[in-house]
Amino acid sequence: MEAPPGLARAMERGIAPFRGKQAAHLLPTARLGGPMLWVIAIMVALTLLAAGMGLAVANLGAAARSDLDGGVTIQILEPDSDLRSRQSERAIEALEQLPEVEELRLVPEAELAQLIEPWLGESVEGDTVPIPALIDVRLGNAAGAAELQKLREVLAEAAPDARVDAQAEWLQPVFSAIGTLRWLAIALIVLLGFTSAAAVWLAARNALNANRDTIEIVHLLGGTDSQIARIFQRSILIDAAVGALIGFVFGAIMLAIMGAQFSALESGMVAGGGLSWSDWFLLALVPVGGVIIALGTARFTVMRSLGKLL
Amino acid sequence: MNDQAEEIVRFDNVGLRYGTDKEVLRNLSFSLYPGRFYFLTGASGAGKTSLLKLLYLAQRPSRGAVKMFGDDIITLPRERLPNFRRRLGVVFQDFRLVDHLDAFDNIALPLRVSGVREADIEQPVTEMLDWVGLSHRSDARPATLSGGEQQRVAIARAVIARPDMLVADEPTGNVDPEMAFKLLRLFAALNRLGTTVVVATHDLQLLQKVPDSLIMRLDKGKLSDPTGALRYPPRMEKRSEASLQARRGEELL
Repeated sequence: MEAPPGLARAMERGIAPFRGKQAAHLLPTARLGGPMLWVIAIMVALTLLAAGMGLAVANLGAAARSDLDGGVTIQILEPDSDLRSRQSERAIEALEQLPEVEELRLVPEAELAQLIEPWLGESVEGDTVPIPALIDVRLGNAAGAAELQKLREVLAEAAPDARVDAQAEWLQPVFSAIGTLRWLAIALIVLLGFTSAAAVWLAARNALNANRDTIEIVHLLGGTDSQIARIFQRSILIDAAVGALIGFVFGAIMLAIMGAQFSALESGMVAGGGLSWSDWFLLALVPVGGVIIALGTARFTVMRSLGKLL
Repeated sequence: MNDQAEEIVRFDNVGLRYGTDKEVLRNLSFSLYPGRFYFLTGASGAGKTSLLKLLYLAQRPSRGAVKMFGDDIITLPRERLPNFRRRLGVVFQDFRLVDHLDAFDNIALPLRVSGVREADIEQPVTEMLDWVGLSHRSDARPATLSGGEQQRVAIARAVIARPDMLVADEPTGNVDPEMAFKLLRLFAALNRLGTTVVVATHDLQLLQKVPDSLIMRLDKGKLSDPTGALRYPPRMEKRSEASLQARRGEELL
């Protein structure tokens, strides 16, 4: 052991990156471990289900609303059938003059009988139970308060016993419930995001503790906080990406199965709750978001912990 | 004296305490100069390791001023400290090798941290392994190395990046006298290349092995200056005088 080798000063004095396999190799237990991968997978799957259901419910509400938005039902509540018929005819004539009305139809009596059959049975005939005449009107625009008022004014003379209702009003409680469900889905997604971040935070702290000696050495050799954080980020990226992919596949399969079951119901309203391609694109962002949250949390945790060192 | 411009480390009235305990280092004022070889001596518990921690920037002092490479370390933003640490080589008392890395990767660590390209790492590390006589143990992990071999890997890691200052804490504490002498020759060789060396030891025999060395003596947290050369260093042309001073220091010790 004579004079040390004449090493060229290959070292850069500036802050340099520390990346690649060698950096990853530095912390063998920095991988957040098997359970973390599955925690992320489960979180992504649950988030996907919550997001998928939220989107489906929103679609369902939107579809129902677009169907009913311009819909107005006019009931002629006249007990006398002759008068009722006359009022109905006059009302149709008056309504046909309005430019707002795109479509209207007098619901045939047979159809009305069919509608009330589940409640009153088949034996209802003639005027035993006076059934109001129904006119189904479709407006070009949504049936707001102003539109309804105009219809009422037009009908006041032609059909004094007419009652005008926006179809959307009947489903207002349903729309409210749909809105609540949508907010619930958003709250669930936020909650799951926080839970994922908390899980990653705990795992990152454990990994930091497990590698404290190595980290201190790298720190004292001139390693920067960012360099050390990057090593952890690289490790968590692998776990988070694999976990997110597994979670996405599982969640997507669950959503597809549920979607198929709902569409099999063939109910007009439930069928409107399917997922479009743009929805699937949004859902594909869930695992990406999961990975970003995991990376961000790991970085924040590591940087904060390193910040306590000199 | 214009020599102050050359100093690489300057302590002024520095004190260090851990928590609310009494100060382990008190009123330290000294300067270290480039290309010099310093021994830091003192009994166990005198504060040698604490002083070295201040020197290799693992600790901030509780009071006083510390300048390193011309910059005030106390007020320096934390993000700039890594740059300073990269100019230091440290041999820890307990080696602090990374257990899961082999000898090669342990030695390569400072270069990798500094961003040297992989292609530029193999040659210097191989040369360094050869220099410390461990070429045949390149793939060995620390657990399979003897104490002396671990020591040499730790030293190789400390000097691979040609630091401006090498700080070694009891580097001969775990090796036999023959190996201790070899290690000291290794430090002296590095010193001849211009690296300032600070070696903490309680082995007074070592002091005689480096004739031009200067001695810093710690006693219960206070520094004495037996060679009288810490604050106002002997000029490089007066090394023989410094050598005499070192010997005087040995006598004092």
